[in-house]
Amino acid sequence: MNDIISLNLEDQIGLLETKKISSYELTTLYLENIKENKDLNCFISVNEDALEQAKVIDNLKDRQSPVQGIPIAHKDIFCVKGHRTTCGSKMLENFISPYSSTVFEKLENSKTIMLGKTNMDEFAMGSSNETSFFGKVKNPINPLKSPGGSSGGSAAAVKANLCAFATGTDTGGSIRQPASFCGITGIKPTYGRVSRWGMIAFASSLDQAGIFARSALDSAIALEIISGFDEKDSTSINSKVPNLKEETTSEMEHSIGVPMQIIEKIEDVNVKNNFLESIKILEKNGFKTKQIELPFLEYSLPSYYVIAPAECSANLSRYDGIKFGYRCDNPKDLEDLYVRTRSEGFGEEVKKRILIGTYCLSAGYFDAYYIKAQKIRAMITESFKNAFKDVSVIAMPTCSNGAFELGSIQDPVKMYEQDIYTIPANLAGLPAISIPSGNTEEMPLGLQFIGNHLEEGKILNISHQFQKLTDYHV
Amino acid sequence: MSEKTEYGDWEPVIGLEIHVQLSTESKIFSNAPTKFGIEQNSQASIIDLGLPGVLPVLNEKVIEMAVKFGCSINAEISNTAIFARKNYFYPDLPKGYQISQLDDPIVGQGSVEIECNKEKKLIGITRAHLEEDAGKSIHDKYDSSSAIDLNRAGTPLLEIVSEPDLRSAKEAVAYLKKIHSIVTFLDISDGDMSQGSLRCDANVSIRKKGESEYGCRTEIKNINSFKFVEKAINFEILRQIKIKNLNKEIEQETRLYDSQKNETRSMRSKEHANDYRYFPEPDLVPLQISNEYIENIRKSLPELPEQKISRFCSEYGLSIYESEILNSSKEMSNFFEEVAISVKDVKTAVKWILGDFSAILNKNNCLVEDSLISSSDLVDLLNCLNENKISGPAAKKVLEILWNEDLKVEEIIEKENLIQISDEDDISRIISEVISKNPKQLEQFKKGKEKLFGFFVGQVMKTTEGSADPKVVNKILKEKLNQ
Repeated sequence: MNDIISLNLEDQIGLLETKKISSYELTTLYLENIKENKDLNCFISVNEDALEQAKVIDNLKDRQSPVQGIPIAHKDIFCVKGHRTTCGSKMLENFISPYSSTVFEKLENSKTIMLGKTNMDEFAMGSSNETSFFGKVKNPINPLKSPGGSSGGSAAAVKANLCAFATGTDTGGSIRQPASFCGITGIKPTYGRVSRWGMIAFASSLDQAGIFARSALDSAIALEIISGFDEKDSTSINSKVPNLKEETTSEMEHSIGVPMQIIEKIEDVNVKNNFLESIKILEKNGFKTKQIELPFLEYSLPSYYVIAPAECSANLSRYDGIKFGYRCDNPKDLEDLYVRTRSEGFGEEVKKRILIGTYCLSAGYFDAYYIKAQKIRAMITESFKNAFKDVSVIAMPTCSNGAFELGSIQDPVKMYEQDIYTIPANLAGLPAISIPSGNTEEMPLGLQFIGNHLEEGKILNISHQFQKLTDYHV
Repeated sequence: MSEKTEYGDWEPVIGLEIHVQLSTESKIFSNAPTKFGIEQNSQASIIDLGLPGVLPVLNEKVIEMAVKFGCSINAEISNTAIFARKNYFYPDLPKGYQISQLDDPIVGQGSVEIECNKEKKLIGITRAHLEEDAGKSIHDKYDSSSAIDLNRAGTPLLEIVSEPDLRSAKEAVAYLKKIHSIVTFLDISDGDMSQGSLRCDANVSIRKKGESEYGCRTEIKNINSFKFVEKAINFEILRQIKIKNLNKEIEQETRLYDSQKNETRSMRSKEHANDYRYFPEPDLVPLQISNEYIENIRKSLPELPEQKISRFCSEYGLSIYESEILNSSKEMSNFFEEVAISVKDVKTAVKWILGDFSAILNKNNCLVEDSLISSSDLVDLLNCLNENKISGPAAKKVLEILWNEDLKVEEIIEKENLIQISDEDDISRIISEVISKNPKQLEQFKKGKEKLFGFFVGQVMKTTEGSADPKVVNKILKEKLNQ
């Protein structure tokens, strides 16, 4: 029976459809496993109503959605009406949202069961899940290692079979890097493909919701559900969502772009060889590859670490102790209320980024930092545009290393470098996916495919084909 | 004492930032209503409260309104206006930033003409941009803490920034009135200053006449009536002159006008000025405003006060003075025109609207939009007057009754028995009676005491209880007395 919870989404759907298992039974299995794996600290809150909801869904006469009855987990960045939504922060430790995010609603309307809300770096700022107010998450493969971040709870939950799939968000790599560390599939779609309504903002122009699952095909099924135009989000794209499952499994030819200049600079030999090995597998199986140039990509990281903090410095101003969230005890005046609420309510990493962002936007520094970063961003977007004239997808490693030991990276810049290969897709707003591609020192590595604007189907397709050729994801 | 002599050889330089509340049904970034004076915090949606995860969606009505304003001041309209975040902490600013515009505002440079002391002058408008209003802090309701009402948070504002082209408090008032009349004629704001629908900040500096450099300026915040604008600016000019005359320097600062004490006082100095850290609002996409859209609005602009003033002159034969008064507000203008198109004689209508009708409004401390006499009532009354059905004095009486009682003109005339006797035979008969009853006076009149003509008129009127047509009475009485 325990094997059921590790089955692919497709197989679980099959069992539910043929009534070989009920949603209640499936939910029970997952809840039991969550309890058993409490030490991993994947969940900030577990949904006490999950079983009741599963019962209700089991009683429905017919199946209204392919994922009906599937137990899933949501990153605790998505507002869920009547539920605690903490964003991994003391600031929102007791915040009960009065409304629901579009992502949650779409999955709720598809009759999935929310098992709980997963742990994450505070306000999605971090690459190791160590900045969470609710404690670090442990990597299920090796509990001494980090699951990556910021969506580490979701990634670890999928890996440890604590849910069928999970939602996450990716501002600079927060889906793909943890997917890579935990050896699962994680996709961040095109910016604007999924509504940001009700998803607590870190950096508005970069934040995008996505999916963690056991395979590209599972991801495709889940991603299609959460995608689509939402009038509540002005930046969401008004474009029809394709049948992603069909695109993922269809016969598709690819021309894979490989930015060799970047690959050659990879310091970790294992990572480099692993990537080249993956390319070889693809080539051997008839996929065309092409060397491409992606100029200015080396400026992604500095540009990102200006834009993201700048936006976060404004986005996090609302946590001021006035209307909701944490408020310090006995403030003596307004100034004291602000200063102590924010000093006590935010963790160190969040405060650091607010300060960096405030500084970058200040009079006299704005042009040198923010404007310059935006120019670089435009150039990077342009260089991707040019590259996609010749290729259908671009391949890169997801991360320059495998999962590191919890507590081992203390230098913040070293931590920021975790995002070096994932940030470019966020800056350009492009869809990108990370799939398992083998191991280094017994920890998984990820292969990343970046697609052109709105071409999630292509990166899912190439990932699916790779997963048909390999068994790293199993 | 005129302002010119009051300022001596100093010349004030003034620019205004006017905040106009746009009269949309719902807020600029949420669908919460924008009503005034309802229960605190009852119309603040989760977007207005700035809850985690909420996003703004622009109410497109405000684009139309801003473009209307831009067209009516002959300004350039931006095709790609963008919004920006203006960052500052204040309890009534829920998100910790205000969504406003910095670069590329929706309305660029334009101008309006004002008239002050009979001189016409063009006042430049630097820009007009859209932004959301903040909530309200209430400091006097609870002993030890302040309260916040976020009903107003997210109300759409158009901030209109003038060039420093104004040279006196009176000019500033004339300019403010001009903007007020444009936005109300365009129907993009109710312009109600008492409810804060229109409020302004004034930038004031002084310099020696003939100098071209500007002096150090102060900004007076949140002035909310025409009267206070004049008073606050004049106070500030005189304060600055006093400082300069003592050979001291003006400090650049933000000041607050206290209308009760009629003085401005320092709020914060330049050193404590906020760095608003503006940056483009990533939650909103740049506006796409096509030239076609702008031209369609330009073509369908309602008539503006200036156009109406000259049309009233040519169409109804009014003097400029009359036309200006009748166009002092959109409501008055509309009221007049409703009357003018239906009455038989416009001249009489003008006389009555500016005269007795306005007097009755003033007496009751009432604006034309709250008048208890409708334009159609007035038309009925004026037509009766023109048809000689009632006399002028009778018409005045009807007007009074119209205001106080819920009756139609016809009903009042009948009830009060005010029908004018115009039939020559009837009047002739009455006159004959009056003459025969007063032989003494007739004799004196015949001897040359012509003043007694009035006595006879009075007697006729007394007999008819004022309902005889005076013109007819005059004519026949003359004939009869001179027989």
